[in-house]
Amino acid sequence: MSLSTLFNRRINRLGSRDFLKAIRPFVGLFVVLLLFAMDAELRSLFFKGSNFKMILTQTVIVAIGAMGMTLVIVSGGIDLSAGSVVALCSVVTAKLIEQGHGFAVVLLLTVLAGGLVGLANGGIITAFRMMPFIVTLGMMGIARGISKWLANNQTVNPEQPLESVNSLMDNSQSPLTFSPLPDGVWLALGLAVLMAVVLRSTVFGRYVFAIGSNEDTARLCGIRVNFNKVVIYALAGAFFGLAGVMQFSRLTQGDPSVAIGLELQIIAAVVIGGASLSGGAGSIPGSVIGAFMMACLANGSGIKDWPNYMQEIIIGVVIILAVGMDKVEPFIQRLFKRQSSSN
Amino acid sequence: MPEDSSSNAALPRLRIDRVAKRFGPTVALDGVSLEVAAGEVHALIGENGAGKSTLMKVLSGAHRPDGGSLTLDGRPFEPSDPLHARNSGVAMIYQELNLSPDLSVEENILLGREPAVLGWINRGERRRLAKRALEEIGQAQMSLDAPIHSLTIAQQQLVEIARALVGEPRVLIMDEPTSSLTRVDTENLFGVIERMSQRGVSVIYISHFLEECQRVASRYTVLRDGESVGTGAMVEASLEQIIQLMVGREIDEIYPRTSRSAGESVLELSSVAGLAKPSCVNLTLHAGEILGVFGLVGAGRSETLRAVFGLDRLANGSVSVFSQEATHSTPAKCLANGVGLLSENRKEEGLLLNRSIADNLTLTRLDPVSRLGLVSDAAQVAASEKWMAKLDVKASGAAQPVGELSGGNQQKIALGRLLHHDARILLLDEPTRGIDVGSKAQIYRLMNELAGQGKAVVFVSSYLPELLGVCDRIGVMCRGELSEVRPIAYWSEQEIIRTAIGQAEPREVAA
Repeated sequence: MSLSTLFNRRINRLGSRDFLKAIRPFVGLFVVLLLFAMDAELRSLFFKGSNFKMILTQTVIVAIGAMGMTLVIVSGGIDLSAGSVVALCSVVTAKLIEQGHGFAVVLLLTVLAGGLVGLANGGIITAFRMMPFIVTLGMMGIARGISKWLANNQTVNPEQPLESVNSLMDNSQSPLTFSPLPDGVWLALGLAVLMAVVLRSTVFGRYVFAIGSNEDTARLCGIRVNFNKVVIYALAGAFFGLAGVMQFSRLTQGDPSVAIGLELQIIAAVVIGGASLSGGAGSIPGSVIGAFMMACLANGSGIKDWPNYMQEIIIGVVIILAVGMDKVEPFIQRLFKRQSSSN
Repeated sequence: MPEDSSSNAALPRLRIDRVAKRFGPTVALDGVSLEVAAGEVHALIGENGAGKSTLMKVLSGAHRPDGGSLTLDGRPFEPSDPLHARNSGVAMIYQELNLSPDLSVEENILLGREPAVLGWINRGERRRLAKRALEEIGQAQMSLDAPIHSLTIAQQQLVEIARALVGEPRVLIMDEPTSSLTRVDTENLFGVIERMSQRGVSVIYISHFLEECQRVASRYTVLRDGESVGTGAMVEASLEQIIQLMVGREIDEIYPRTSRSAGESVLELSSVAGLAKPSCVNLTLHAGEILGVFGLVGAGRSETLRAVFGLDRLANGSVSVFSQEATHSTPAKCLANGVGLLSENRKEEGLLLNRSIADNLTLTRLDPVSRLGLVSDAAQVAASEKWMAKLDVKASGAAQPVGELSGGNQQKIALGRLLHHDARILLLDEPTRGIDVGSKAQIYRLMNELAGQGKAVVFVSSYLPELLGVCDRIGVMCRGELSEVRPIAYWSEQEIIRTAIGQAEPREVAA
């Protein structure tokens, strides 16, 4: 089957507009790479295997967080506690390693810890019918506070490092390196594929969209809205917990004051990926591409030796552009129409 | 003003002359002509999609016409935006009311035209103006300080009319003003329209309810496919003639009724009461029958259905479905038992507007379109196309978002969901509200067919002719209580209304 017939099939199933919307993050990434390719310095330094390995590794934390956040945002919610939960879980990882636990136990318990925070978020939001913004804003402070308390307000450096955790984000020290990429990147890619299928094609995924699109309708259609919301926030928390493990691996220490403002980067990735903050729209591949695109921009700016503030401005512009396309497209179409009708 | 109209007797207040408007390849208006005299109430009639809303948007300045001309009191009228149209004396009252729910009646009436000096609102003057506007429509008793959200829909509509009057409109356009009003409120509204007409305000009255148009308007114009296909004096036209103009073909039978017999009882409510409403509902629904429930807005009809469906809490009484106890149910359990509810608010509650037709149709029952736990797009589309064909849904395809469809087609999708679910008990709350005659007839036909298949239908409506035309038995709700459910032959329109306003007691009838 040729690529074009494959494309046409997707268009028929999705409708042409949805199809254009779905590929928009990919087009955005393509444009960024194209612009980079036009610059001689970037051409030689950016487009290198070792550089891509670095970018991918840098993407992992935001991308894993974005998978959880996509669930929440598509369901019409928001989770501002993501950054704090990542910091908390990096401390939890460090503490568990200090206690001498093995890889599986560390990973499982840390993810569980993140999941518990999410469970609390979802529970409070549904039980007291509170705004997710407020509840998770509160939780952002609570989780940050707990992580500092747990870590005695300083970084936690396990005396006996656990190599399997450290190599998640850096495989250069591993004696057996068959893989060109560290384990964390593969884990993130695998989870992205899994979550993309879960959100797009499982009944649970359809319910997430239905709840975000219109909660009342979802209730009318027999969907257990509260139960599903709790599951969504708990799952998101678990993803933030996993991102916390990755955060530990990156610094090889638990740091209670790390990842401040990370939730906003994660939300930006999800929004660049085509999600709507009013719910009912978004996709996992889009969010992951959004995270990757932000890492590319940061990396490219670094190579060009642009100051930090330039990076911040560029990423800010990209966020507004990504969301603004929705509003700009009809405007451009109208302009063209007006021209053609006046001719 | 009356003097004005007598001095310019030959000059129409508003003249629409061969107005045309196209959007890309779609022709929305293809030569619409219409004349309204000062103080005339003119009914604008047409199916959804006939061009009524585009014409309104042209009149309000939201769209510029591609051809034709508008004349207001002899002067060319070319509104550039809604504010300009309003300042020129053309006011609109849309079907969806445009009030700020948290502001008071007074604030809403003067919203956007507050009497002010250097930005400071002159509250005394505002109160006087608001009061005068309410008096003009005979609503002097309404509280000026009540927040809008505390009012009924009918009261909100009156506030909207009062607001329009503050601008001293020469032409007032009302889009489906009675679609959510009860009979009594509708009568009240007609009184208000009459008053305005006596004051010399011309009213363009858009409605699907032809009986209302006959009652309130002196002349009519019928739109079909963007053209004005007929105009004349209301008294000279019969309903059948107008309907024929609207659809361009004969509607063989608006209310079909094939013979059928009721089967065993499938749904029983005994002394059902909700937290506020209803207070006492007893009924037995049988397989293969359509049971109508009439009542004024606020009588507790929707609340009864919602309580049965588990959307609202039940305070008292018991419910059984297929002889199984189902008193404190949930929507999920109801759907599992084959009970489906069609919400009266298709936009707020009934549909996922930004999702596709396919998603909306199959949401309650995804397993037939899933394989190995994964929902298949192709199967979803195939299943949806079947229902779209069956219900004659006009759409670009199963992937089109429901929010882009017309009201009638949206309603068919909401109803189609119950069909896809294969619900055996259908609780339909105002299934024909705000949709065109053609779609209504299709829905009546569908209900008739479902009952013929042995399904049981509860049909809640505020529109008497359809209840009398479609139902086998009817019960009437009044202040939270359901009357005895009686066969259709027992009821007349008068009897139903008397029961609905609580005047059915023997002594009252005798008096």
